[in-house]
Amino acid sequence: MVIKTEGLSFTFGKQQVVKSLALQVPEGSIYGFLGPNGAGKTTTIKLLLNLLKPDAGNIHIFEQDIKTNRISILSQIGSLIEQPALYQHLTGRENLLNRALLLQVPAQRVEDMLDLVQLTAAANKKAGQYSLGMKQRLGIALALLADPKLLILDEPTNGLDPNGIIEIRELLKKLVAQHGKTVFISSHLLAEIERMATHVGIINNGAMLFQGSVADLQAISKPLVRVDAENTVDAANLLTRNHINVTEVTDEHLLVPYISKQQMGEINALLNKNGQTVYSISKQQKDLEKLFLDITKTPKP
Amino acid sequence: MKGFILSFRSEFYKSRKTLGFWASVMLPLFIGVLLFVGFYTKSEKLVSMPPMMLWLQFAGAILGIMGSLVLPMYIIFIAYSVNSIEHRADTWKTLFNLPIPRWSVYAAKFFYAVFLVFLCLALFVLFTIGFGNLLSIVKPELRFDDFHMEKELAQIYFKLFLSSLGILSIQFLLSLFWADFLKPMGIGFVCTIAGVVAASKGWEYSYLFPYAHPMAAITTMLKNNHGDPSNRLQIDVFTKDVFVSMAIALVVFIAGYFIVQRKSVK
Repeated sequence: MVIKTEGLSFTFGKQQVVKSLALQVPEGSIYGFLGPNGAGKTTTIKLLLNLLKPDAGNIHIFEQDIKTNRISILSQIGSLIEQPALYQHLTGRENLLNRALLLQVPAQRVEDMLDLVQLTAAANKKAGQYSLGMKQRLGIALALLADPKLLILDEPTNGLDPNGIIEIRELLKKLVAQHGKTVFISSHLLAEIERMATHVGIINNGAMLFQGSVADLQAISKPLVRVDAENTVDAANLLTRNHINVTEVTDEHLLVPYISKQQMGEINALLNKNGQTVYSISKQQKDLEKLFLDITKTPKP
Repeated sequence: MKGFILSFRSEFYKSRKTLGFWASVMLPLFIGVLLFVGFYTKSEKLVSMPPMMLWLQFAGAILGIMGSLVLPMYIIFIAYSVNSIEHRADTWKTLFNLPIPRWSVYAAKFFYAVFLVFLCLALFVLFTIGFGNLLSIVKPELRFDDFHMEKELAQIYFKLFLSSLGILSIQFLLSLFWADFLKPMGIGFVCTIAGVVAASKGWEYSYLFPYAHPMAAITTMLKNNHGDPSNRLQIDVFTKDVFVSMAIALVVFIAGYFIVQRKSVK
């Protein structure tokens, strides 16, 4: 495990923002750390980077305790937390050169990074004049500068246009596939994580609700029968009267938990027999977006 | 130690294009030029003065405002500017997750502020001597070249430097905590006024109050010479207010280190 935490807890004032978190991030994975805004994602990341001191629990990164091996661990991590921290009065290149000085990285590496994030043409422009997307890319270049084994990125695609998002996604995939890096990436958008992550952790109100591979996540999503009908409300009432559980009704469709093919046929027959016009009836997998919402909507204990 | 040197170099790299750095160069240059022009245009009134009095007039014009106003305000500004670079860019979090010990990052920043104050005061000495000698070249009737007080000037400014360390350490800590300029500036300003009043009214405990130290440094700089004209310019660098200033700087610096160690970066 590249990151392993046990019982990690943190409290801001009276509010417990991280509750006994047990993260398990395997080597060579893209670990999507998912949760709605305010779930405790950024706080967890700051704990991992030793910017905040946990109230309880352990953090092991590269099998070393962060408390006793802070410097050696941090030297192998590249991070981007919230908005990229840039010196606005320095140019893009100077921002990188300053960090290169601190990390004792050769200046050539700065040029390589500018090239990688496609900022070479804008390298001599002040960072304060960069667009949001350029700032984000410069932030990623800063994170990658020391060629770290582990990348910790907090909502790195925030404020990027679709092209920018795709570029970052491809870059991260490449880093993992070709350079053996591990990426820990937080987001509140499942769709974004779904496209690249190999592992997922879902957090809400500071507590871990799900952790596992993307395949595990898909496995717990239960299939549904989707019925498109002329009058979905009447159709739903009819099904309910016949002891069939309807989980969702909209103007367009209604959803019923899938049990078997026979059950689908029975539903169809029942509706037709009672004069309901059915446009289509199909089995569908609950999509991850919905699953994510269901998991994170679980009421507080 | 390596982390400290790297951080110190980075402080210079970051600030070399900011007003904070250039103020340390421009302030002595500006005041030097102003005095030069003043003495040049009013030279006929000064011709009759003996060389030593000329120098005392020339250097004294700066020193008079230095202790009471220029130095404390400059220190408040410098302490703010080295910290505000990080506040504005929101870079405290990146500084503290560098693979460099926290104390190096903190100490490098503090000593960079000390360095800027030292640089500024050293340039005051340099420009005072430089412009004085320049005056004797462009206005030979002003006999600046007939008297030398380089050593005394250096001693006075060194005393000022030491006496400013107490204020610097306090302002540094205030600016580290508060991102906005008004809080450290407001506190610094009120304390400076209190310090000037305390020192100029000769309050017996004013030597314990750091904001009174630059003013006290000026008033206590001359050794008691009991009318012996041969020793008129003996500078007493290590007076008790200077020791108090250095002690406060040391204590606040160490306290700040522990505060930074425990500081959570929000």
